[in-house]
Amino acid sequence: MATATAELAERAPDPAAPAQKSQLTRSRVRAAWLFLTPMLILLAMVAGWPLLRTIWFSFTDANLSDLSGAKFIGFENYLAYNDGEWYGVLADSEWWNAVWNTLKFSVISVTLETVLGLVVALVLNASFPGRSLVRAAVLIPWAIPTIVSAKMWGWMMHDQFGILNHMLMSLGLISSPLAWTASPDLALTAVIMVDVWKTTPFMALLILAALQMLPTDCYEAARVDGIHPVRVFFKVTLPLIKPALMVAVIFRLLDALRIFDLIYVLTSNSKDTMSMSVYARQQLVDFQSVGYGSAASTLLFLTVGLCVVLYITFGRVRFDGR
Amino acid sequence: MKTHNSVKLFASAMLGAALCGAGPIHAATLAISCGAVGQELEFCKTGTEAWAKKTGNEVKLISTPNSATERLALYQQLLAAGAGDVDVFQIDVIWPGTLANHFLDLTPYAKDVVKNHFAASIQNNTVDGKLVAMPWFIDAGVLYYRKDLLEKHGAKPPQTWQDLTETAKKIQDAERAAGNNQMWGYVWQGRAYEGLTCNALEWVASYNGGTIVDDKGKITINNPQAVAAVETAAGWIKTITPEGVLNYTEEEARGVFQSGNAVFMRNWPYAWSLAQGPESAIKGKVGVSALPKGGADGRSAAALGGWQLAVSKYSKNKELAADLVMYLTSPEEQKRRAINGAYNPTIESLYKDQEVLKAVPFFGELYDTFTSAVPRPSTVTGSNYNQASNQFWNAVHAVLSGRAKADASLGQLEGSLKRMSRGGKW
Repeated sequence: MATATAELAERAPDPAAPAQKSQLTRSRVRAAWLFLTPMLILLAMVAGWPLLRTIWFSFTDANLSDLSGAKFIGFENYLAYNDGEWYGVLADSEWWNAVWNTLKFSVISVTLETVLGLVVALVLNASFPGRSLVRAAVLIPWAIPTIVSAKMWGWMMHDQFGILNHMLMSLGLISSPLAWTASPDLALTAVIMVDVWKTTPFMALLILAALQMLPTDCYEAARVDGIHPVRVFFKVTLPLIKPALMVAVIFRLLDALRIFDLIYVLTSNSKDTMSMSVYARQQLVDFQSVGYGSAASTLLFLTVGLCVVLYITFGRVRFDGR
Repeated sequence: MKTHNSVKLFASAMLGAALCGAGPIHAATLAISCGAVGQELEFCKTGTEAWAKKTGNEVKLISTPNSATERLALYQQLLAAGAGDVDVFQIDVIWPGTLANHFLDLTPYAKDVVKNHFAASIQNNTVDGKLVAMPWFIDAGVLYYRKDLLEKHGAKPPQTWQDLTETAKKIQDAERAAGNNQMWGYVWQGRAYEGLTCNALEWVASYNGGTIVDDKGKITINNPQAVAAVETAAGWIKTITPEGVLNYTEEEARGVFQSGNAVFMRNWPYAWSLAQGPESAIKGKVGVSALPKGGADGRSAAALGGWQLAVSKYSKNKELAADLVMYLTSPEEQKRRAINGAYNPTIESLYKDQEVLKAVPFFGELYDTFTSAVPRPSTVTGSNYNQASNQFWNAVHAVLSGRAKADASLGQLEGSLKRMSRGGKW
C-alpha cells in the first residue's frame, strides 16, 4: 500500500501540489515524531539501556559484590585459550546443555500449543449454547500468574502425595507413582506439559480472532459443491488463517526461548531442565559472576534473534497483513 | 476490643506526632528476615514481638525462600544494591565469608557474652577480626526413625549405612505387604541444592572420604571411599528411597516421614518438635540417633549447619538492630526456642539445663554429634564456595539419578574444582 501511494504521488501532474503536500506531510511527520518520542524514550530507558549495559558487562570481569571495580577483558568471557584448555561460555558443556534443553523445549511446546490451540479455536468458533462462558473459562490458565501455576503443578505432580499420580494410579494407567519433576527422563516432559496447559489458551485466542474474520462466501461455495469438511479445512481455512497463525507462533517462540520462571519453580537449577535463562541467572546471581553471566545473556539474546530471523526468512512471515 | 484499643492507640500516636511536630521519633520500625522452614517464622515472630514490647519499637518480619540457595541469592541482590530495607539478616553458617563486607561488626555489643557461646561458632562468624554475626542456633544432620516400627519388626537403630539399608528394606517390604503400599524405607534431601551438599558430605565423611576440599585447599574428593559412599546412596534410589527424593528439600522429606510413610529420615533437629506435635500422625513414635557410620571402620558424621543473625551495614537503625540481635541470641530466648521448637542452642550451658533436656532428650544424648559436626569447606574456598558446592551437588545428583557412574563423576568434579581454584589455590 505504502509504495503504491508513493508511486501515485510521483506521477502527480499538478505542479502546485507537491509543495502543498510536503507542507502537510511535514506537519504530519512532526506530529508523528511528537507522539512517538515519549514511547521511544521509554523504550530506550527500559529496554535499550539494560541491553547495552548487559552487552558491556559481558566484556568485563564484573562481580556482583562490587560492580564498580569491573575491568575490560575483551572476549574472555565468551571464549579464551589458557594453558592448553578452553575457557568461557562457549567452551562450557553446561551452556550447550542449556541451549539444547531450551531448543527442545521451545520446538515441542510451541508445536503442541499450536495444534491444540487450533483445535480449541475451531471448537470455540462453532456456535453452541453457553459459548461465551466457555470462551472465558478457557482463558483461566493463561490468566493465572506463571509462578502460581508452576507451584500449583509442583504440588499436583509431587511423587508421594500429588493428585496427578493418584488419578493415574486409580485409572490403572501406571502401577507405581512417577517422580514427575525429579526423574531425569520425565522432568522436561513435566515442564512442557505445564507450559502447554498454560499457553494453549493464548494460541487459541489468537487463532480464534483470525477465524472470526474469515469471509463466509468460500464456505458457502464449498457447501454448494459438497466438499468434505476436512478438505475444506486444509484447502480453505488453513491457508486463510496462515498469516495470523505464523505471527502467533513467533510470539510464542520468542516467549519459549527465554523461558525461566516455570522451569525455575518446578525443578530449580537441575541440569536436566536448565534453560539458557536459568544458566545465565545462576552465573549472575548464585555465582556472582556478572561478567560471565552477561556473556551468557548476550548469547541468549543473539540465539533468540537468530531463531527469529530464520523463522521469518523461511516461514515468509509478513507483518503487514498481506 | 483489641481493634478498638489499637485504633485509639494509633489515634493518640498520630496526635502525639502532630503535637511534637518535627521532634525526634522514638519508636523505630525494624525489619528482620527470618527463615520459614517448619516453625521458624512463628518462633521468630514471638521472639521479636517480645523484644518490641520490651523496647517500644516495632519489628516487621520478612519471610524468605525455604531453599538456602535461593535465600543467599536474594540476600546478595539486596546487599549488592545497598538496600537498607532489611536491618537484621538470618544467615547460614557458610555465608559469613561471602557476605562479611555488608555487615556491622558486633564486637562492641557482644564482648561480654561471646565466651558463653561455642567457640567454633564465634570463630566461624569472625571475618578479619570482625564479629559479623551472632550465632542463633546450630544444626547438625541427625537420623529420625520410627520407634514403633523398629520394635514391631525387632530391629535396632542402625549403626552403619549397611544396617540402615537392610532394616529399611525389611520393614518397608513387610509394611507394604501388610497393606501400606505408600511405605518407604529412607527419605532425605536429594534436590540439586545446598542441602544435597550436606547430605552427601555426611556420606563421604562417614566413609572417611574427607570433606571435598581439605583445610589447605587441596581437592580430595576423588578417592575410593568417597566413590563407595556415593555409590551406596545411589543404590537406595527406587529400592528404599522414592525417586522423588531427587527433588526433595527438608520440608518434602518431613512431609513423607511425618505422614507416617517412611521408616527413616535424615533431617535437622527442627523436625523433632513438629514430628512430636499435636497434629503429627507419628506423635510419640519417633526416635532420634546419630547418623550411621560408613562401614565398620567408618565414623558417624553430621554436617554442621546453623544460622546466625547479622546487622546490615545499610540499616538506618544500627544500634537498635544490634540490640534486637543480642536479645534474640540471649540465653533466655535460646532456651525458649530449644524447649518449644527443638532449636539447638549455641550456648554451652543450655545443654545441661534440665528443662531443655526434658523437652528434647536427644540434645543430651547427641551432644558429641553436635560438637564434632563436620563443617563444609566454606572457609578455605572463600567466595568460590557457592560455585564449588554447586559443582559437588551436581556431580552427586548425576550419580543418584543414574546419569553417571560415581568414579567418573567424582573424577570430573576433581577436574572442574581444580580449574576453578587454579590448582587448589582458591
